[in-house]
Amino acid sequence: MSKPDANNPFAITANEIRGRKVERFIRFITLGMTWALILPVLFILGFLLIKAWPALSVGFIFDNPEKNMTAGGIWGPLIGTFMLIIVSLLIAAPIGILAGVYLNEFARDNWFTRFINLAVVNLAGVPSIVHGLFGLGAFVYFFQMQRSLLAASCTVAVMTLPVIITSTKEALASVPQPFRVACWNMGASKWQTIRTIVLPNSISGILTGVILQVARAAGETAPILFTGAMISSRIADSGWASMVPYGLEDRFMALSYHLYIISTQWQNVPESFKFGTAIVMIGLVIAVNSISIGFRIYLRSRKKW
Amino acid sequence: MTTQTSHIEFQDVTISYGKEIALRDISLAIPEHTIFGIIGPANAGKTTLLKSINRTLEFEPNAKTVGKILVHGTDVSHIKNVYALRRRIGMVFPLPVGLPMSVYENVAYAPRRAGIHDRQELDELVKHCLKQSMLWDEVKDRLTLLGTKLSGGQQQRLTIARALSHKPEILCLDEFSIAIDPVTTMKIEDVLLELKKEMTIILVTNLVQQARRLADHTAFFNKSEMIEVGPTEKIFSNPEQQLTHDYVTGDFG
Repeated sequence: MSKPDANNPFAITANEIRGRKVERFIRFITLGMTWALILPVLFILGFLLIKAWPALSVGFIFDNPEKNMTAGGIWGPLIGTFMLIIVSLLIAAPIGILAGVYLNEFARDNWFTRFINLAVVNLAGVPSIVHGLFGLGAFVYFFQMQRSLLAASCTVAVMTLPVIITSTKEALASVPQPFRVACWNMGASKWQTIRTIVLPNSISGILTGVILQVARAAGETAPILFTGAMISSRIADSGWASMVPYGLEDRFMALSYHLYIISTQWQNVPESFKFGTAIVMIGLVIAVNSISIGFRIYLRSRKKW
Repeated sequence: MTTQTSHIEFQDVTISYGKEIALRDISLAIPEHTIFGIIGPANAGKTTLLKSINRTLEFEPNAKTVGKILVHGTDVSHIKNVYALRRRIGMVFPLPVGLPMSVYENVAYAPRRAGIHDRQELDELVKHCLKQSMLWDEVKDRLTLLGTKLSGGQQQRLTIARALSHKPEILCLDEFSIAIDPVTTMKIEDVLLELKKEMTIILVTNLVQQARRLADHTAFFNKSEMIEVGPTEKIFSNPEQQLTHDYVTGDFG
């Protein structure tokens, strides 16, 4: 190590030169890894888009499948998946949010709470096909829902609950503890504190967590495979009946299942239809995610500290 | 001291967090309408003492209290409506906390919870409390500003206004002045001397001179124990314990 230059106290020492090299190297590596993350995504999207190009049109989205799925569009499966997301949300959101509130705000740190937290973490790791079989046994047979939109939604809800509970707990925990203490000191009960301080400042995080999770799970094939998805059902081509084509007790078409069928089980489906379905599916997930992220930005802008 | 009734009484109180003892065998009586100063180094158990009075100590998972804490002769651990107990006690902790709502709503929070909804009554109450905490002049034109956007010292005074908003009969101040400039601190100290007519004040402070200026009685705490308690003048000019003498003269450790 060289001595600092007595005449110029700001001169660069050998030690600092080495430090700069390390700095540049670390920066290069981390940037490289970021690109390694983004490039495959861009590649997949580009590949799908090129392959799907011949099929893509307004009609592809808004028309129903025709002639054994070799013509027409994918409106039926698209609206089916969308309805699956909505119904699953209605089931999973209240249960998951309330359980998360209990675990983060009320539960004391004892063996029971620790056991529940452990169970939640482990449930999040259960493969989706296992959830599908559970849904078949529990909802389709035991609760006699038959194979239906309701049974499939319940299965998707159960599958997403662990992650929803975890993300809700995280959103609640991000509200600083001193806010709660200040309210308790003024004689507010726990629920009053949650209602007036904790929830208003965490609801954006909670809702985005819920929506992202349900949208992701609704793109899976396994949980709906045995519980409600069907290969083909004739639905109305226009009007109100085409907007809400399935009742809770009906079986329904879904994008993921449709893609699985036309890619592996069906003959003579044009190649571009398969890739087109994949693109629409990704588009739906991106659309739902964008809505929830936009929603979060809106609520964040009103966040109060 | 004998002519006044004691407002708060600790009888052989020992408080521990798990195996760690935070307060050992504390017995003391705080007379009504006085300022009771508590001085002592960090980790002496001063904050724990305050939390035990309004039972927010219950939120610490492993805190255990032995002995009796009486407010107006009632054992606080027997009080069923703990929220009513907390409303009778105003708490100000060292960390300034502006709640994420408007300045107005910060101060109106507790009155609203207590069922006051009349706009005019709330307006007057908010103004009164903000004036008492010396914040009114700085925020009177921007009561809709978020409490969290105020400066640290302003937030601390907002915390004091909140503590006064539910008209407590006991006011506990834990290092209330560390974020507040000296001039404003002096003004608030004058207010405290006024407030003494309405309530009993417990003043935990690291500024021993502040205790000397304000307190009628002062207790010196060190390492979970109360070393000495007595009239403030006696504690500062003629303490019985060497440790107390060393601390108040700045010759400690």
